[in-house]
Amino acid sequence: MGLTLVTGEPLRESQQDPKKEDEMPPISRGFRGRHRDDASSDRVPPGQYVTEDFPVLSAGPTPHTRLEQWDFSITGEVDNPHRWSWEEFRALPTEAVTVDIHCVTKWSKLDSVWEGVSVDTLLEGIETSGEYALPFCDGGYTTNLPLEDLTGGKAWVAFAYDGEPLEPEHGGPARLLVPHLYFWKSAKWVRGMRLAVTNEPGFWETNGYHIYGDPWKEQRYWGD
Amino acid sequence: MEGAAVLGRLNWLEAEVVEIRPETSQTKTIGFEVPGWPGHRAGQHVDVRLTAEDGYQAERTYSIASAVDDSRIELTVERLDDGEVSPYLTDELRPGDTIELRGPVGGYFVWDPHAQGTVFLVGGGSGVVPLMAMARQRAAEGSKIPTRLLYSARTWDDVIYRDELTRLAAGDAGLDLVYTLTRAQPPGWEGYGRRVDLELLAEVAPAPAVLAVAFVCGPTPFVEAVASGLVQLGHVPARVKTERFGPTGG
Ligand SMILES: Cc1cc2nc3c(=O)[nH]c(=O)nc-3n(C[C@H](O)[C@H](O)[C@H](O)COP(=O)(O)OP(=O)(O)OC[C@H]3O[C@@H](n4cnc5c(N)ncnc54)[C@H](O)[C@@H]3O)c2cc1C
Repeated sequence: MGLTLVTGEPLRESQQDPKKEDEMPPISRGFRGRHRDDASSDRVPPGQYVTEDFPVLSAGPTPHTRLEQWDFSITGEVDNPHRWSWEEFRALPTEAVTVDIHCVTKWSKLDSVWEGVSVDTLLEGIETSGEYALPFCDGGYTTNLPLEDLTGGKAWVAFAYDGEPLEPEHGGPARLLVPHLYFWKSAKWVRGMRLAVTNEPGFWETNGYHIYGDPWKEQRYWGD
Repeated sequence: MEGAAVLGRLNWLEAEVVEIRPETSQTKTIGFEVPGWPGHRAGQHVDVRLTAEDGYQAERTYSIASAVDDSRIELTVERLDDGEVSPYLTDELRPGDTIELRGPVGGYFVWDPHAQGTVFLVGGGSGVVPLMAMARQRAAEGSKIPTRLLYSARTWDDVIYRDELTRLAAGDAGLDLVYTLTRAQPPGWEGYGRRVDLELLAEVAPAPAVLAVAFVCGPTPFVEAVASGLVQLGHVPARVKTERFGPTGG
């Protein structure tokens, strides 16, 4: 990821921190920690810990959208905007996926089981000059991703979790699922996406969180 | 959108423990001296990183409890008996110890000194921490913004910052305190004695016409109940800002 995307200017590295990157962090006296078992450690990105729960992160109240009023649309830099009603959306081919998810608030959940429509399926036959997708949601939430992070079997619009319809607090009726990026990119209550030529920071991205959000590079905040 | 909260890179800073104060049987406030601290806004949080001798590291997020004060910040940590990080912070840390932290993080759940109308703070358990930062910041600024804090705790002894809150409210007609104690109430208790429900919210929440913004923080079920209750009572969802403390009781 080009770090120039973050601010458009070179990193002002070590502005607050005179330490060198490779210096050993100070030992926390008496801290031993609950060590990871070896089997899962290569699946847990730096700074994350594994939880069995499914915690919730949202900036506001949970919207409750009735299915009759739900639709999903693809707009912006496209020849023709596309729109699916809930029925039309659910008539599309679906995929079941088992993936690890990583939230920027530090928890990771291994082997979570989802069902959804691949974003490849939604984009089929759509011509675009856009290189970025800006998903939009009930409640006004937005996020931003390079389109190539949504295609090639890497992302879904998920409507079921663990064999059950997706609960509103976890983003139901449908949320984006982009497991290779921090989970805030997997926008809850998603209602569509605008394709754009430029990368426009979404909600958390405007509020201090990283423009791209790769958990393996620990891209949590601006400048990471 | 709120103003830019984080400028440039957030580096790990060394934070020296300078003070430890018990708040309740389960919570302690830890004061740190953080050379290079860039300052913060009330409501923001930090990431804390611990490193074991063999290099193993654990990170968690904690709200800043203190108002803005140079290079000093305070965190208030609730001990989860089987947790990895919180028992270390509450039981093991001593003045003079150093840990790493970075921040401030979050540009959304923050006190706005220019809010128009009444600000409604709703905290469940340790969810009161960032709200306390707001109440302290408000007092430090001498702000007149009408502010009501609804605080849900299990018992009177579980109320964090009890004396300071009483003091702040006593000297200030613009700050209202409403408690609800969900497990047990002391004799002669005149506050609420149940979990926050729609009826309680209807009685305590400012009317939609006067509400500037509501900040709701605590375990997920608490936040869900309060935030959706406020929406049912006619509040605009965009004025209801939430922060969930993740796995904690959630
Ligand atoms: C934005 C934000 C702000 C926060 N602010 C504060 C604050 O101001 N004060 C505060 O006290 N907390 C705060 N928190 C919560 C804090 O980040 C930690 O989640 C909390 O301290 C628990 O961490 P821990 O390491 O002690 O517990 P963890 O080890 O993370 O465990 C949490 C719970 O999960 C269970 N658990 C975890 N792993 C396992 C396992 N392998 N097996 C069984 N059970 C398990 C445990 O029962 C435990 O009760 C905040 C969180 C967020 C997201």
